[in-house]
Amino acid sequence: MGWTRKDLLTIRELEAAEILTLVDTAASLEEIAGREIKKVPALRGKTIVNLFYENSTRTRTSFEIAGKWLSADVINFSASGSSAAKGESFVDTARNIAAMSPNVVVVRHSSSGAPALLARELSCAIVNAGDGAHEHPTQALLDLLTIRDKKGHFEGLSVAIVGDIAHSRVARSNIHGMKKLGMTVTVAAPPTLIPPYAQELGCKVSYRLEDAIRDVDVIMMLRLQQERMHAGLIPSLREYSRYWGLTLERLAAHARPDVLIMHPGPVNRGVELSPEVADGPYSVILDQVAKGVAVRMAVLLLLAGGRSPEAHQ
Amino acid sequence: MSALVIRGGRVIDPAGSVDAVQDVLIEDGKIARVGGRLTAPEGATEIDAAGKWVCPGFIDMHVHLREPGHEYKETVATGTRAAAAGGFTAVCCMANTQPVNDNRAVTDYIRAKADSEGVVRVYPIGAVSRGLEGKELAELAELAEAGCVAFSDDGRCVMNAELYRRAMEYTLPFGAPVISHAEDHTLSRGGCMNEGVVSTELGLHGIPAAAEDVMVARDIVLAELTGAHVHIAHLSTAGAVRLVRDAKSRGVRVTAEVTPHHLVLTEEAVRSWDVNTRMAPPLRTKRDCEALIEALVDGTIDCVATDHAPHALSEKEGEFDQAANGIVGLETAVALLLDRLVRPGLLPIATLISRLSRDPARLLRLPGGGLGVGAPADLTLIDPEGAVTIDPKRFQSKSRNTPFAGWTATGRPWKTIVGGRAVWQCADEGRAS
Repeated sequence: MGWTRKDLLTIRELEAAEILTLVDTAASLEEIAGREIKKVPALRGKTIVNLFYENSTRTRTSFEIAGKWLSADVINFSASGSSAAKGESFVDTARNIAAMSPNVVVVRHSSSGAPALLARELSCAIVNAGDGAHEHPTQALLDLLTIRDKKGHFEGLSVAIVGDIAHSRVARSNIHGMKKLGMTVTVAAPPTLIPPYAQELGCKVSYRLEDAIRDVDVIMMLRLQQERMHAGLIPSLREYSRYWGLTLERLAAHARPDVLIMHPGPVNRGVELSPEVADGPYSVILDQVAKGVAVRMAVLLLLAGGRSPEAHQ
Repeated sequence: MSALVIRGGRVIDPAGSVDAVQDVLIEDGKIARVGGRLTAPEGATEIDAAGKWVCPGFIDMHVHLREPGHEYKETVATGTRAAAAGGFTAVCCMANTQPVNDNRAVTDYIRAKADSEGVVRVYPIGAVSRGLEGKELAELAELAEAGCVAFSDDGRCVMNAELYRRAMEYTLPFGAPVISHAEDHTLSRGGCMNEGVVSTELGLHGIPAAAEDVMVARDIVLAELTGAHVHIAHLSTAGAVRLVRDAKSRGVRVTAEVTPHHLVLTEEAVRSWDVNTRMAPPLRTKRDCEALIEALVDGTIDCVATDHAPHALSEKEGEFDQAANGIVGLETAVALLLDRLVRPGLLPIATLISRLSRDPARLLRLPGGGLGVGAPADLTLIDPEGAVTIDPKRFQSKSRNTPFAGWTATGRPWKTIVGGRAVWQCADEGRAS
């Protein structure tokens, strides 16, 4: 199926076929990374603005590389060292950027709903690169691409997402995407890190790591932010790590031998993942990063309406 | 002697148990007679109210007029014009101005402004604590003497239970209630919408119903301890309804109000990311709405108040979790209540009129609230068939922050009369906008 949307704001609003279009397009673009000359002219003359109101190295770099490999002009705008630091409102900044006629604005913001606000205000395409604890659609897409690459299919797979579900946009986008593609999802964490009514998202809830990881095909570990401790949600990182840290011993005792270990990064080594697991044979963490570029190329290509790179070969 | 006669309208006066087509004669700013085919004195002005409803003037006991200090949002002049346009003949204004209405000078200023520029009656509400800081009592006796009709730190909850207890005790002789903004800030901190399915999906930090319920429970217990009258502002949860109902059945002096938006909107509205769906307390669930309507019908909730909270556009655009709380309500309340509650049969019309006039007058001991002979001639006339499309650009209020833009309703204020003088009338009579 083709792509008809102006924006990519959430996975929740997408049809399964639309998700597959994005994943398939990304898969077809993966080979560009292996070329000697990593440049296709698909988005030549198009302008992409990376509007980042929240720190991000991985996601911003990934979008930047994706845009450049497609020959677009990529401009990075981060909140510090910009008019936002001088007190200009988000809406004003966005209108000013829109006045410069970009084709795509990629936005990362700590406030849920900020990309939806831009989509309403601006006529160009908006890509949500993560908003608050709401959604992070391109992360979910790269996770899905990674899973299909390793497992060959989606239908019937089971996934455990472990960690700070309450504050995680990655968890929300993945839950929506995985459910739509026929996977079953269990979220697991201490109850203080599970959002209210989590079952209503269509997933199972577990309060014990050992139960959650038993017999699943994929374990996705989430980063635990230090702030959660200060907010009184967990007593200490030490205790969290003791009960919720994924170690080789726990994997060997409870998980399947062919389980995939994923993490959206950046990893707190020794907290949610032991170093041996992060770097071990189950881990596909670096595959995720590599596929991130392909996914972002696919998103930019479909939204900016560029010609597919094959046409130029 | 000035006289006015309102002819042939359906007079709905719950205080006098009247619901009949009658004439109302007003002389010298007071109700002179209510009855069939009254003979008007020579030179009396006549209003043909055939097909209209003639009600005691509506009283909104929870309004933010923003003056002094935040005149860019609203003033006494614009806020009272909005009140008149919305069918309200009196408003009570909250103390969270700048400076705070925590001393006589501010109360005097507001009353002077109301005398010179106000269109409807204005009753100030004094702060409970100095600077709304919840640490020391404001000069409550002097505030009462200056004309404050109640005491509230509205916008903030007095978290210090000891201070609140003392405020209740100290104000006992004044016959004025304390009004509680029931929100446990330790439970609500960081929240910007109701905690529930929608907050989880949207990734917004939620405010649990418990943040309201625990504080309503505390205030009921303190009312029991002190014998004071506690009024719960903007009640929004089914749990708080249960607590108030139980307390009333045990004879505790607790009363409560509900806003139109908590009656007609749920947390689902936040999915639009419209910052005008953000308020404190937040929009709740359908189950809560149903409990609130039931409580309004059975009298557990005593009155409807708008919590009219004007904000400038710059404060109500942009990121949802950064936006200010609150919406304007004076000019949308009556149409919404008539169309969404009375028309579908959820709320009897006489009950609604009572909750807007007699009941707030009674609980604050204000003049008005009924059409008995000798009462102030404050009347709200309603066009029950008037069609309206809510258009913020036409508001009298200085602010436009409403989630109801574009809503259509049947039934609206038609004429507002204060002290026998028509202070507002519907401009586009006869044409459906």
